[in-house]
Amino acid sequence: MKSKSDRRRFLKGSAAVVGGMAVGGVKPVSSQSNDSSSDDTWSLGYEPQTPTDPREYGQRSRYVTAKRTYNPRGRRATDDVHSPLAEIEGIITPASLHFNVNHGSAIPDIDPATHRLMIHGMVDRPLIFTMEELKQFPSVTRTHFVECAYNAAPPERRSVNATVQRTHGQTSCSEWTGVLLSDLLKETGVKEGATWIVGEGAEEKKRTKSIPLAKAMADAIVAYGQNGEPVRPEQGFPLRLVVPGYEGPANVKWLRRIKLGDQPWMAHADNPGHTTLRPDGKGRWFEFEMGVNSVITSPSGGQHFPKHGFYGLTGLAWSGGGAINRVEVSTDGGNSWKDAQLLEPIHRFAHTRFYFPWQWNGEEVVLQSRATDERGDVQPALVELNKIFGVDTDYWLAIKDSRGHFNPIQPWKVTADGRVYNAIWEV
Amino acid sequence: MLFGKFSFVLLFALVIGDGVRAQSRTFDELGRTPTAEEIQDWDIAIGPAGEELPPGSGTAKVGATIYGQKCVACHGQNLEGSPNGKPLVGGQGTLGTLNPKKTIGAYWPFATQIWDFINRAMPPNMYNVPVPPEQRHTADEVYALTAFILYRNDIIKEGDIIDANTLPKIKMPNRNGFVPVELEDALDYRGRGCRAGMCP
Repeated sequence: MKSKSDRRRFLKGSAAVVGGMAVGGVKPVSSQSNDSSSDDTWSLGYEPQTPTDPREYGQRSRYVTAKRTYNPRGRRATDDVHSPLAEIEGIITPASLHFNVNHGSAIPDIDPATHRLMIHGMVDRPLIFTMEELKQFPSVTRTHFVECAYNAAPPERRSVNATVQRTHGQTSCSEWTGVLLSDLLKETGVKEGATWIVGEGAEEKKRTKSIPLAKAMADAIVAYGQNGEPVRPEQGFPLRLVVPGYEGPANVKWLRRIKLGDQPWMAHADNPGHTTLRPDGKGRWFEFEMGVNSVITSPSGGQHFPKHGFYGLTGLAWSGGGAINRVEVSTDGGNSWKDAQLLEPIHRFAHTRFYFPWQWNGEEVVLQSRATDERGDVQPALVELNKIFGVDTDYWLAIKDSRGHFNPIQPWKVTADGRVYNAIWEV
Repeated sequence: MLFGKFSFVLLFALVIGDGVRAQSRTFDELGRTPTAEEIQDWDIAIGPAGEELPPGSGTAKVGATIYGQKCVACHGQNLEGSPNGKPLVGGQGTLGTLNPKKTIGAYWPFATQIWDFINRAMPPNMYNVPVPPEQRHTADEVYALTAFILYRNDIIKEGDIIDANTLPKIKMPNRNGFVPVELEDALDYRGRGCRAGMCP
C-alpha cells in the first residue's frame, strides 16, 4: 500500500497537470479528512465541508435517523447507496439522502469559477459558457425524479426480507433549477439534419450518454440548483443535465460538453454498458424512458405493525412517460383494485405520493399498488411481464445478467404477527 | 409532381430557416466561441464512424507488450479477467443463456467502442485515487491495445495496423445482435413498440 505522503505527492502532481489544460478546471483530489481514520483504502474524492455552526447551517433533530444504505456489494466511496424511500416526507428527496451511483469514478472536486460548458458539433455557432454566464439566462425550476436504470431489478428484490430502500431506493426526486437546454441551443443554432446530442461529464472517466435531440429540445435542463442549493458534488456539482423521465445515465453529472450530431455515439453507457438482453440473446438499443412504476412505502419490507386497526397506507408513483394519472391499491393479493388518492402536487416526470385508508383486521394480507401514467401505460404485474418476455418467474432469479427497466408491481405480505415481507416471487 | 415536391421542400426550408436555423442570438453577450484547440482537446467521444479518432496507429504485437506492463495485473495473463478487471475474451454463444457474458468479442457492436473506453476509462482509479498522468495511455498505445484485444478475439490478424482509417471499418461479430436492426430506428421509441418502460 502507498504511504499517505506518497499519495499526496502524486495527487499534487496530477492536479498540476489537469490545471494546465486549455479549458475547464477539474481537480480530482483525495479527501484528507479520511487520513485520520484507520481505513486508508478509499476517499470521497471531493473535499467535504467541515462541520459548521448549526446556527449558520442547520441540522436535523437527533430523533431523525434516516440514512442511505450501501448496496451489499461493498462499502467503498464509489459503491452505490440507496435512498430511504420509507422515510421521505412528501415527494422531495433531501440531497443528503439522494441515491448515488458513480460507476467507479472519484467524485471530482470542481471549482465552479473554472468550470465550463462547451456546446459544439452540428451547430451554427459553437459556444463555451462559464457558470456565471449560465446563471444570466432565465432559469426554470422543475420537480423531476432521477432513477437508476437498474432500480428494483431482480437482484435487488431477491430476498423476502428486502426493504423498500433496498428494492426501490435508486430513485430520488428533486426540485432542479437551471437553464433549459433548448434556450442554450437557440444561442448556438442547430444545423439541419442534427438528430442526437451527446452529453459528457468532467469526472475521471468522463461518462457520456447519447440522447435524441428532440428530447433535449423538449424539456432537458442544464441544472445548477437542487432543492434550493447548488447541486451537490455527488450529484454533479456544479452542473448536470436533467433529462426528465430518462434512465439515470442520461442525466449526465459534472456536465462539461454537449455535442450535436446525426447519429448516436454508442458510448459505453449507451451500449454495451446499458443495453438489456432479450431471452433470445438480442440486445436492445436505447431504452431511454423509465417505465411507469409505483411502490407502497408504508407498509413495506422490514416494517412491523404491532396491532391491527387503521393505517394510512402510502407510497410513491412515477413514470418516464409523464404525469401519474392513477394509482390503484389491492389489499387482497391482486384480486380486486381500488383507486388510491393522489396527493398534490402532481408534476410530470416526478414522484407522486398516493394515499389509501386501510383497516387491517389482523389477518395475513398481500398489499400492492399499480400506477397508470398520462399516456395510459399501466404498470404490469410480474405474471404479465413474464408473458411479454415469454419466460417463467424463475427466469428472473436464475439469469446472471441483471435486467434494467424492471418495473413490475411490488407486492408486500403482512403476516398475522404484523411483519412485512417482499412477496414478488410468490406467484 | 416533381415540382410540387420541390416547392414543399422549399417551403419547409423557409419555415425551418426562419423559425430555428437562422435565428439570431437572444443573449449574444453570454458565452464565447471556443478555439479549435479547445474543441479538439475535449472532442473525445468516438462515434461508430470514427470521425473523432486522433492520429496514431498500433498493432497487436505492440499492444501485447503494453498489455503486459499496464493491464495484465487486473485482466489476467490470458485476458481471462479477475475480480479487478473484466474478461476481455470469450463469451461466444452465451448471450441467449442464463449466464450471458457481455464481452467485447461476443457482445460489443462497434470496434470504436474499444478505443473510446480504453482512452477514457483505463487504467481505472483504484480506491478513488486518481490515476497518475504518466500511467495514462497515449493515442498510439490505445490503438495498439485495441489491436491486441481485437487480435485475441480472432477479429483481426496479428500484423494488422489499426488507425483512424481501419478501426471504424472492422465488423464486430455481434454487430447485428441488437434490436431494432437499424440504429436509426432506435430514435422512434414509441414507434418501435416500447411501452411502460419496456421495449420488445
